[in-house]
Amino acid sequence: MVTLSELQALGQPVSAHRPWPRTLLTAPTWRHVADRLAAGELTLLGLWGEPATMHMAVLGAGERPAVAVFSIDCPDGRFPSIGQVHAPAIRLERAARDLFGLDPVGLSDARPWLDHGAWGIARPLASPPGEVGQARPYEFLPVEGDDLHEIPVGPVHAGIIEPGHFRFTADGETVVRLEARLGYTHKGQEALLRGADLDRAAKLAGRVSGDSTVAYALAFARAVEAALEIEVPARAVWLRALMAELERIANHFGDIGGVCNDAAFSIMLAHCGILRERVLRAAAGCFGHRLMMDRIVPGGVATDLDADGVALLRALLKELRLRFPPLVALYDNTASLQDRTASTGIVHPDLARRFGAGGHVGRASGRDFDARRNLGYPPYDTLSFEVPVLNEGDVNARVWIRIREIEQSLGLIEQILDRLPDGPVCVAVAERGAEEPREGIAIVEAFRGDVLAWLRIGADGRIARCHLRDASWFQWPLVEAAVEGNIVADFPLCNKSFNCSYSGHDL
Amino acid sequence: MRKTFLEGLLHRPLTEAPPVLDAADLAALATELDAVAQRRLGHSLSIREVDAGSCNGCELEVNALGNAFYDLERFGLRFVASPRHADVLLVTGPVTKNMREALRRTWVATPGPKWVVAAGDCAVDGGMFADSYACIGAVSEAIPVDLRIPGCPPSPTQLLKGLLRLLTPAR
Ligand code: SF4
Repeated sequence: MVTLSELQALGQPVSAHRPWPRTLLTAPTWRHVADRLAAGELTLLGLWGEPATMHMAVLGAGERPAVAVFSIDCPDGRFPSIGQVHAPAIRLERAARDLFGLDPVGLSDARPWLDHGAWGIARPLASPPGEVGQARPYEFLPVEGDDLHEIPVGPVHAGIIEPGHFRFTADGETVVRLEARLGYTHKGQEALLRGADLDRAAKLAGRVSGDSTVAYALAFARAVEAALEIEVPARAVWLRALMAELERIANHFGDIGGVCNDAAFSIMLAHCGILRERVLRAAAGCFGHRLMMDRIVPGGVATDLDADGVALLRALLKELRLRFPPLVALYDNTASLQDRTASTGIVHPDLARRFGAGGHVGRASGRDFDARRNLGYPPYDTLSFEVPVLNEGDVNARVWIRIREIEQSLGLIEQILDRLPDGPVCVAVAERGAEEPREGIAIVEAFRGDVLAWLRIGADGRIARCHLRDASWFQWPLVEAAVEGNIVADFPLCNKSFNCSYSGHDL
Repeated sequence: MRKTFLEGLLHRPLTEAPPVLDAADLAALATELDAVAQRRLGHSLSIREVDAGSCNGCELEVNALGNAFYDLERFGLRFVASPRHADVLLVTGPVTKNMREALRRTWVATPGPKWVVAAGDCAVDGGMFADSYACIGAVSEAIPVDLRIPGCPPSPTQLLKGLLRLLTPAR
C-alpha cells in the first residue's frame, strides 16, 4: 500500500494550499499515482483543470491527513490520462477537455461530454477560448446482437425531474446496456465563479445543486476559510451543522417517498411528503428560507437561531419521532413493495469502492465512508453518531441507509440544540483579503455524498479559480451498471434510489 | 398498514386554504394573459413541467405543490407526462444552450391554445446565470412567456398563487 506521504515526497510541495498539501508532480509520477488508483490503493476524489494545469484530489487508505492534492503542469495542453487506467476519471477528463482544451493523452474515448456544440465557443475556460469547430452528432457506444432494440429517453422526462438523456438497449424487457448522456444543465458555473467576489461566489456555489445548497455553501465557505486561515465562531460552526442535518433529512424524506412512489406505493410518498414539508417549514421559520439558501457564508452564517427557532426545532423532532417509525414499519412490512425494491438495481461493492461512490450509494454497497466521520470536520468530531453501512447494494439497501441516516440526523439535531454554544455567528472576511494568491480545499458530506470544493483566491481577494465536484460524478456511472439486467420498467425506481444530481454534475 | 389508513381517515386534512391573490400579487405576477384563451381553457389545466437547466431548487418546490398541504389537484391543476397533453408549460432554469432545442421542441409539441409560465428568477431573467456563455437567460428569449413567477426558488405558495392567476379571469 502506497502512502500519501511517499507520493508527496516524489514531487514539489506547493505553498499556500490548505488544509491538506498540494504537490506538483512530473508526468512519470502522475502516472504512478494513476497506477496506485487503478490498484485500489487510493480513491479518486476529484480531477479538474486550469488553463495549463491539471489537479487531482485523492483519498489515502487509513492515514491522517487522509487527503492529498496532486498537480501536473501542462504547458503544451496535454497530460497523461488517469482515465485510461482508472475508469472513474474518464468523464472528469472529458469535461476538462471540453472546458479547458486539455488533452488526456491515452484516453481512448474522444467524445465530448459537457460540450454539446451549442455554446458558440469551444474550450470556454481556456485562455484564450477556441472557435467552434464542425458540430458532430454524439455517438453512443455501439451495441451489437440479435433482437436488441434501443429506447431513447429524455432529455425532457415524464416527471418533474432534471433533464438528461438515457439510451437503453434492451433485449425484450431486459436492459442489456444503459448509456447516459449528460450536460444538458451545464450553466457555465466555473466561468461565472472566476473573478467573482466572495459574496457572489458563495451564492453561485449555493446554486450548483439546489437540493444540496447548504452542503455546497458549507464546502465553499470552508474552502475560503482554509485558504484565508479564518477561524469561524463556534456558534456558527454548530448552526452550519444544524442546517446541514435539516437539509439531509428533508432530502431523505423526499427520496424515500419518491422511491416508494416509483414502486407504485404512493401512500409512502404522501406521508413522507408531509414530513419533508414540516422540515422545510421549520427551516423557513428558523432561518428565513425553506431550503436555507445563502444562509451559510464565508466567515459564518447569515442568520442566527433565536429561542423561538429552538422551540420550533424541538417540536419538529417530536413530531418526526412520532410519525416516522410507523412509516418505516409500513415500508418494512409491505411485501409487495419489498418485492420491487429488494434485489433490484444492485451495485456490486467492488464497483462502489473503485468509483469511490459516496453517500447512500456507496454505503449501501459496503463502502464505509462519510466525510463527517472520516474527515472529522467540526462540530462532527465532538458529536456522536453512527454511519450505517449495508452490503446488498440494491434499491432496498439504499432506502434503508436513508432511513438509518434520518434516525442518526435526528439524534445529531438534538445534540446540537442541547449543546449550541453562545456567541457571535460571523466574522468579517472581506477585510482579510490575501496579499498573495491562496488556495483552499474542503470536503463536506451532502445528503447524496461528499462534495469537494477547491479554490484559489487571488491577491485582489476575488476567486481566481473554483472547482466544485458533486458526489454524482462517481455515482452516475454506477446507475448504468446497476440497471443492467433489470427490466426497463424498473429504471425509474433504480434511478430514484440513487437520486444523482444533474445540475451538480453538469455545473 | 391498516393503522396508518385509519389514522388518515380520522385526522383532519392537512390541506390549507387556498392563498388569496391581493393587488400586490397580481402586480408581481406580470402577465400577458390572453383573455380569450383563458376563457377557452376554463378551470382545469394540464401542466407540463420543463427543467431548462435549473439548479433543481425550483423543481423541489414545484414537486411540493403535490403534497398534502398544497394539494394542487383540488384546483383542477395537474401535472402531465407529455407536452401533447398539456395546456401549460411550466418552465424553470436559465435556459441552458444545451436545453434550448429540447425546450423549443417541447413547446412545438404542445397543442394550442397554450400558455408558458416562467417559474423562478432564473426563468424570469436568467438569475445569476444571465451572463454565462452556456445560458440564454430568460425563458422569453427562447419561447413566448405569458406569466412570470419570481423567487429563488419561488415557494409553493408563490407558485400556487401564480398558477391560480391563470384561472383568475382578467379584469
Ligand atoms: S431560481 Fe433559484 S432555485 Fe430556481 S433554478 Fe434558479 S437558482 Fe435554482
